[in-house]
Amino acid sequence: MSTDGLIQEAKEGINTNGHTIDHAHAVEINQEKILRALESDDVRAHFDDALENQLVLNMGPQHPATHGVLQLIVSLDGETVVSTVPVLGYLHRGYEKLAENMTFHEFIPHTDRLDYLAPLANNVTYILAVEKLLKIEATPRAQYIRTICCEIARIASHCVWLGTMAMDVGALTVFLWSFREREKILDILDILTGVRFTTTYTRVGGLALDMSDECIARLKVFLDQFIGKLEECRNLIERNKIFVDRCEGVGYISPEDAISIGLTGPNLRAAGIERDLRIDDPYLVYKELDFDIPTFTESDVLARYYVRIKEFYESVKILRQCLQKLPKGPINTPDAKQVLPDKGEVYTKMEELINDFMIINFGNEPEKGAEAYQAVESPKGELGFYIISDGKGYPFRLKIRSPSFTNLGALPIMMKGCMISDIVAIIGSVDPVMGEADK
Amino acid sequence: MTEISSQIKEKLTQASAFSGIVFAEINNFPVIEVPEEKLLEIAKILRDEFNFDQLRDVVGVDRFTKNDRFECIYNLYSTITLERLFVKVKLDSKKPEVDSMYPVWQSADWAEREAYDMYGINFLNHPDLRRMYMMEEYEYYPLRKDYPLMGLPGAVQLPKK
Repeated sequence: MSTDGLIQEAKEGINTNGHTIDHAHAVEINQEKILRALESDDVRAHFDDALENQLVLNMGPQHPATHGVLQLIVSLDGETVVSTVPVLGYLHRGYEKLAENMTFHEFIPHTDRLDYLAPLANNVTYILAVEKLLKIEATPRAQYIRTICCEIARIASHCVWLGTMAMDVGALTVFLWSFREREKILDILDILTGVRFTTTYTRVGGLALDMSDECIARLKVFLDQFIGKLEECRNLIERNKIFVDRCEGVGYISPEDAISIGLTGPNLRAAGIERDLRIDDPYLVYKELDFDIPTFTESDVLARYYVRIKEFYESVKILRQCLQKLPKGPINTPDAKQVLPDKGEVYTKMEELINDFMIINFGNEPEKGAEAYQAVESPKGELGFYIISDGKGYPFRLKIRSPSFTNLGALPIMMKGCMISDIVAIIGSVDPVMGEADK
Repeated sequence: MTEISSQIKEKLTQASAFSGIVFAEINNFPVIEVPEEKLLEIAKILRDEFNFDQLRDVVGVDRFTKNDRFECIYNLYSTITLERLFVKVKLDSKKPEVDSMYPVWQSADWAEREAYDMYGINFLNHPDLRRMYMMEEYEYYPLRKDYPLMGLPGAVQLPKK
């Protein structure tokens, strides 16, 4: 059958629920819907002395302050924001559909591209979900290295956030200095994983590479100087009147709204709700570590700034403890049917070659009907993977619960009644990554 | 069943609304299966009486079976008791429809728009049911199992030169 025939068949087979589309007017209809959403009472601010002319402004998706391809349709009254409608989907790559058509191992590189500022955290979360599905557990050393990965990812991600957020409100030097720190982390990742950015570090039941002594030494050197460098950045902005004035009292969201809209991570903790999955539902080795959850109650841009700044210190604390406690031993679970064998053995031994072939070609096969959910406190909030299996080597359904997506949903509430120049400060404080929000 | 989920089960079964509801478990998390028409009522009880104050996600599933093809899984979390609960609802194959959870949790707004975009599940009384990721003029629901991985050429109308 020709391709055209196949396409025709597929088109007929797909049930569209009698949902017919008027192609000629689709764009206009969409615009009308967005305007109606702008008028909705839930997101609208009310004024006594409203100017008569109301303006609808389109911000993004190609605006440098929107941290990627986020589009905001803003209804303005003079310079005051009346209501906002965020439009997502400009970076939608359909990862959930792709995941249904590849083995569990093949999807690991794609998780790098979700939250591309903290790829290690995504690798770890995804693999924890898969291991839950397959009912295997990593060795203690692998667990410790994964914890280290999560915290390195948090520092790297917060470095980018610190720089870009300060740049959004007009302080360019912090951007250069925090990126310099991130560069050092990327160099450590180079030694740890073999690449600087798209790490693809975890494997089912273990890790791709062991952590070398050189890497540990480099990490210790980094940790020793990091806090000093961070203090330098803080000195530049924290007592700067422009920075404080632009952040204080801006982008308020009440704790009730923050819970109802589903905020997680630093944004929720800035609203005074002390919830962190590392303590509430401990995964990996967080039970054995000692650290605090920084919480602020002001729930504005400045509070979100301070929560993340304090998290730097906690991450350094956690990393120091991990390096101290790091046990010796194998990094891969001895489960030949599920865990990829060492490459050197694949080339020299028959048994390992067969196992490698089976895992690479047919994938890891969980129980039929098995379901698993694993959530992790990623730098942005709760990152979760919900996997449903039908007993084959491919996931039947893989749902990514991305923190940026739900956090962006709070923008209309935070921006209600703010000035147009506050918009960039609020977006910066929410710390969205569009790769994750759009999947 | 683990200790935590049996505790939640014990707690929930004391409420009369939960009689006849199936309890299960997916690795340590309790799951309840709720009939479609009772969902809104049970959601309100879960929020008000059992402190499930956050709806963290809505997972749409296409089981690709003849009956009860679609499914919605609500991922609930309590910031007070730190419990997590999954609520499953099976939906009709021909016309998947279910009440919107927006009156109970605000986060349902975007999460349900995503499920609508990807599976065509119609959420009744949703305030602003637009597509989340795909363009509004797109006719298909890409995460349905019968939608081909390569996409459908010609499904997106490009502007004429």
